[in-house]
Amino acid sequence: MASAEEASRPFAGLSDVSISEEIPVEGDIAVPVGPSTRDDEFSTLDEPVKETIVRDLRAVGNKFIHVLYPKRSSALLRDWDLWGPLLLCVTLALLLQGGAADSDDQGGPQFAEVFVIIWFGSIVITLNSKLLGGTISFFQSLCVLGYCIMPLTVALIVCRIVLLSVSGKVSFAVRLGVVIASFGWSTFASTAFLADSHLTNRKALVVYPVFLFYFVIGWMILTFSPGN
Amino acid sequence: MASKNDPFQFQEFEEAGNLLESNRDAVTISIEDEDLKSKRQRSAVGFAQDVGDEEPLINEDREELLSGQKKNAPFWTFEYYQKFFDIETHHVKERILGSLLPWPGKNFIQVHLRKNPDLYGPFWICTTLVFAIAISGNLSTFLRYFGNSNYKYTAEFGKVSIASTAIFSYAWLVPLGLWGLLLWRSNKILNLVSYSFMEIVCVYGYSLAVYIPAVVLWIPHVEWLRWLSIVVALCLSSSVLVMTFWPALRDDHPKVIIATVVGIVLLNGLLAVGCKVIILAFDLITLF
Repeated sequence: MASAEEASRPFAGLSDVSISEEIPVEGDIAVPVGPSTRDDEFSTLDEPVKETIVRDLRAVGNKFIHVLYPKRSSALLRDWDLWGPLLLCVTLALLLQGGAADSDDQGGPQFAEVFVIIWFGSIVITLNSKLLGGTISFFQSLCVLGYCIMPLTVALIVCRIVLLSVSGKVSFAVRLGVVIASFGWSTFASTAFLADSHLTNRKALVVYPVFLFYFVIGWMILTFSPGN
Repeated sequence: MASKNDPFQFQEFEEAGNLLESNRDAVTISIEDEDLKSKRQRSAVGFAQDVGDEEPLINEDREELLSGQKKNAPFWTFEYYQKFFDIETHHVKERILGSLLPWPGKNFIQVHLRKNPDLYGPFWICTTLVFAIAISGNLSTFLRYFGNSNYKYTAEFGKVSIASTAIFSYAWLVPLGLWGLLLWRSNKILNLVSYSFMEIVCVYGYSLAVYIPAVVLWIPHVEWLRWLSIVVALCLSSSVLVMTFWPALRDDHPKVIIATVVGIVLLNGLLAVGCKVIILAFDLITLF
């Protein structure tokens, strides 16, 4: 019920609805309420180092699982990190070493070439997506593109194993199939995240550079042949 | 004017076919040009008797709003480049088809670009062409030596950087030169047609689209197919370029016209030969 003493309170003039003093009002007017997942980060300085590392590893692993089963979830986008892409890029570049070299530098891709192609390609695709009016942020897009390289990395590991055991046409056919499957998987996974942030009549414009990017990486994997 | 309705009534200018159904005598243009629409509305309003002094100002505001977000942002900001990506999928498809199939009389800039040059097409067509050259070069050597146990397959990554330098410099430096040339000539002769730098870059970028299938056809080692594809690509892209720049050069001194046209075709031919050389270089390296 409205009473005279309410007029003396500072916010009394703002509402006609009277709030009885017995009912506690929850919430904080001054500070915007953040997402509840941030509740546990108010004091990470005191926790043991192992806990910090394990939390980050768990986040990275969680995102890997999201890439394996790409469904429209915002976890990958909301908590972006670049650890996963860095790990995948370094693994890919290291595994592509030792290819058909004969100590000839015109051989397979150098470590720096792979690195540059992946990171520079991701940056260019992100810029393209932002210029076309995407609602996704710069680092979120880098995160998605980097994580979706995972199927191709798995394909490279499988290819190396195949090259060790089998040889000739059978090995080529197997490698071709594996690379095509993983390329399709990567493209599908990344477009599941990226294409949503655009208008329908520009989706193809955004998806094509991603397709080209994974195609080139798949090509590098397919044409990898180890030196003897 | 296109219609005889009350000029104060808001008019929706639909497809030319619909307009012609209602009004057989009407002159309709099927170009959806925002500038044209606003101009029509402006002159329609101008016919009315009681046009106040504030009408032109309101119309200018309306034209500013209708003509889209072509604000003059400085070139070092992100927004400046965003207006060159203001296109949709079907626009890009139309532009690529327009460059693959040039029609005499259809000027690429006027028909397809319509004051909306984009940087998406040129950039990604050039990138695709670079990788297409690299991959088809690799594939053609691979197919030649398939089954040959002496042959060790290598991926030539140095060629990618050479190819990309060549193609991107063609796509940017030649339009720069041509734009400078047109600017210089427009000081000397009265020219009704003038192209902005971005429009010229756009035309050159889209004219490279025809080289992508030509380069893919290089994979099998069939000599006549290679020659045929490169000659057809050269003819198509040169004709697109010449037809685009003809209106700008038409009124000029004949020597300048001939020199410019020959220059355009020659540089295009140089690019075609360059592609051939790069792809052939893949063959030569692996002989050793």
